[in-house]
Amino acid sequence: MKRVVGALLAGAVALAAIPYLHVAAFYESFLYLVFLWVVLATSWNILSGYSGYVSFGHGAFFGVGVYTTAALAAKFDWPFLATLPVAALNAALLGVALGAIVFRVKQVRAELFALLTLAVTFIVATIILNTPIDGGPGLYLSAVPVPKLGPSAASSFFFLGLVAAAFAILVAYGIYVSKLGSGLFAIHDDEDAAEVLGVPTYRYKLIALAISCALAGVAGGIQALFVSYVTVAETFSITVPLTVVLMSVLGGTRHWAGPALGAAIITTLTYASTAGDYVLAGKASVGLILIVFVLFRPEGLLGGRARRHPPVAPARSQIEVSARAAAATAAWNAATSGSRIAPGDSSGSTLLAVRSLSKAFRGVQALDGVDLAVRRGEILGLLGPNGSGKSTFINVVSGHYRADGGSITFDGQSIAHLDAHRIARTGIARTYQIPRPFAHRSVLENAVLPAMFGAAALDRRSAKREALRWLEFTGLADRAEALPAALNLHQRKFLELARALASRPRLLLLDEVLSGLTSSEIDSAVQLIWRIREQGTTIVLVEHVMRVVVALADRIVVLDQGRVIAEGRPGEVMAHPAVIVAYLGSKGDAAG
Amino acid sequence: MTLPSLTLVAQAVLSGVFVGALYGLLGLGLSLSWGLLRQINLSHFALAFLGAYLTYQLASVGGIDPLLTLLVIAPCFFAIGAAIYWLLARFAVTPLNSLLVTFGLTVIVESLIQWLWTADFRKLESHYGNVTWRAGSLYLPLPELLTLGIAVALCTAAWAVLRYSDLGKALRAAAEDAPIAAAFGVNERALAMLLSGACAALAAAAGLGLALSHTLTPSQIYAWIGVVFAAVMIGGLGSALGPLVAGIVIGVSEAVTMALTAPSWAPLVSFSLLIIVLLVRPGKIAA
Repeated sequence: MKRVVGALLAGAVALAAIPYLHVAAFYESFLYLVFLWVVLATSWNILSGYSGYVSFGHGAFFGVGVYTTAALAAKFDWPFLATLPVAALNAALLGVALGAIVFRVKQVRAELFALLTLAVTFIVATIILNTPIDGGPGLYLSAVPVPKLGPSAASSFFFLGLVAAAFAILVAYGIYVSKLGSGLFAIHDDEDAAEVLGVPTYRYKLIALAISCALAGVAGGIQALFVSYVTVAETFSITVPLTVVLMSVLGGTRHWAGPALGAAIITTLTYASTAGDYVLAGKASVGLILIVFVLFRPEGLLGGRARRHPPVAPARSQIEVSARAAAATAAWNAATSGSRIAPGDSSGSTLLAVRSLSKAFRGVQALDGVDLAVRRGEILGLLGPNGSGKSTFINVVSGHYRADGGSITFDGQSIAHLDAHRIARTGIARTYQIPRPFAHRSVLENAVLPAMFGAAALDRRSAKREALRWLEFTGLADRAEALPAALNLHQRKFLELARALASRPRLLLLDEVLSGLTSSEIDSAVQLIWRIREQGTTIVLVEHVMRVVVALADRIVVLDQGRVIAEGRPGEVMAHPAVIVAYLGSKGDAAG
Repeated sequence: MTLPSLTLVAQAVLSGVFVGALYGLLGLGLSLSWGLLRQINLSHFALAFLGAYLTYQLASVGGIDPLLTLLVIAPCFFAIGAAIYWLLARFAVTPLNSLLVTFGLTVIVESLIQWLWTADFRKLESHYGNVTWRAGSLYLPLPELLTLGIAVALCTAAWAVLRYSDLGKALRAAAEDAPIAAAFGVNERALAMLLSGACAALAAAAGLGLALSHTLTPSQIYAWIGVVFAAVMIGGLGSALGPLVAGIVIGVSEAVTMALTAPSWAPLVSFSLLIIVLLVRPGKIAA
């Protein structure tokens, strides 16, 4: 990490020598343009590339920067450099105001977010055009003094651009390797799963948007002085948003340096073509490059790096593997000994208490006044026919859906009103029936994330150790560097488990972990669940495979049409008349 | 501020209906390919302009009646549309990436248009252009009326085909759940190519509308994108009548805004409408 930062700074210092080499001002201006686009593309990528929220509104944030500087410098005689922080601030404020509204609406993702941000661009442009900020004729900055930062005016812009570009890349890199970056990449792959594993998705998106906007605002401020005459039509054209997308896609949106590389290539190409006689051919070839790249290399030039994995360690001997597994189990015992409870201790105190919980979807009452208690250290089986409300129960307790009514108390704390990531931090983890791994992250990274964001809240290094431990526990250590797509269903289900366990939950909600597995795979999964419980984690097991539930569960609760119809020890419950009716239909039906 | 006369407002409403019809006509193909094929075809706008330029060329140089040029242009565009579908499906392009690919296509088509016809303004001079009828104190220019007629006819026809014909039912089934539809004997790929071709042919029809009543220049391709996307999203993806209705609502509100305030305020109307719809009823669009 220090090496990258050092290399970046060394590169910037080396470039800073150029104006003193007495090159033609033409080259300085060209390099300024490269830097400008590096800032714009890199800043765009911080939100859109990392988190996957592709914005077509970058022109709006850039434009707010342009007009902030233009208005302050031309109309209020502010010194140019003093306008730049305000340009950044105004752009960030617009971004945060927009994000605060838009990020609350779950459905506005992908292409809808892209078009909404584009619409915002047109609105901002209309307002600026019709108010005294511009008023129509545009603003002249020709009288604004250019700060003297080098041998000539052109080199002043060169230095402004260089500093902004180096800063933008450093910020992008810093986020890339930070917890924020991990969270954003998880949002990219599966936002719901990320939130449930403890990533504060709303806040992270807002932070990323604010940083992205602030950098675009600075770029706009510098560009305002560079062009020295700004108009709404030029500033808010569709060029900025589409060019930054093009550059980032070309370079690779999953890599911090991708957009900068793309910006350098595209700026050089367009500059070369506009300078020559083949303007149209140059333009068309940019279009062609975009098509070819999206079709044949959608991950971009540097995308391969993000995907490539460190060489996998040579296969260890079986003995060594099992020795390590034993060591892992011992380590776990040590780690969790504080909360250890004797197996089968069903007299434990209440860990999760749910009172008259209800949730309806468009008139369908999925949960209809559910009361139930989960005791510390037990395995509670949650049974019921299809549509009885089992999965909704998990979704509501883990915070994916908010309850319509009722209370949920976890270890004395009310959690019904909490966001999913806060619930995760209190110590509740869940698995998904259909595994939802982060598709672009390695198996190891998949398990590192919850260790960082969940109840354990570890730093990256400890999180990695923790994640490895659980991968060994679930038998996935050999696949740590693989992508989830390379796993079979059985392994992906175990990855779900490892991911949930890595957050060190006190309550584990298992949503049909066994469905779709072969009977020998079921047996090994059952062993695993036993071992999890042996260590003291309380488990709620939603399951269809009846024999497994009866064998595993200390107690069983049966749901039907959103209500609890029976509760008790497995043997009693399975003989309960209401349960038989729910599963097999009533006697009357059979007789009549 | 003085209140404008009733006639002025009525004329504004009328011109809003006319331009709204063109929004709807442009949005029809876009809406169908987005809603039913999950392909967001930005090059729809480029194709419409290419169609408009071809109409201009055939009519003003070849001397063919503008309406008849469709007979030549639409079949060619059908082939282009089918090819676009094939390309995007061949590489399993996501909706978002389809936006990027077709943007690349748009830039190429724009360059082609600029190379063939230059960046100068072009205006189709036809015998329709000079005809204007009067209804009371209102003016009804024939080119705009023709566009309105074409838009209403095509949107209604597309709606009827989707709703009542077996073809339309198969299309909607394939859009909802392709594997299941395929299991019931729907040839999804053939249908999708047919639909994509039809959408491009609709772009040709929209191009005719553009050529009849607007001045053409290559960069104008981008001027229509925002408003038409707004109409499509407000009208509902995959809907045939929705974009027309939404387009006319937008067109009329824009025209009235222009009449009451300044023309430059007009974009605020459509995009505010779009943002409100996105935030208040996202489910209707995201379905």
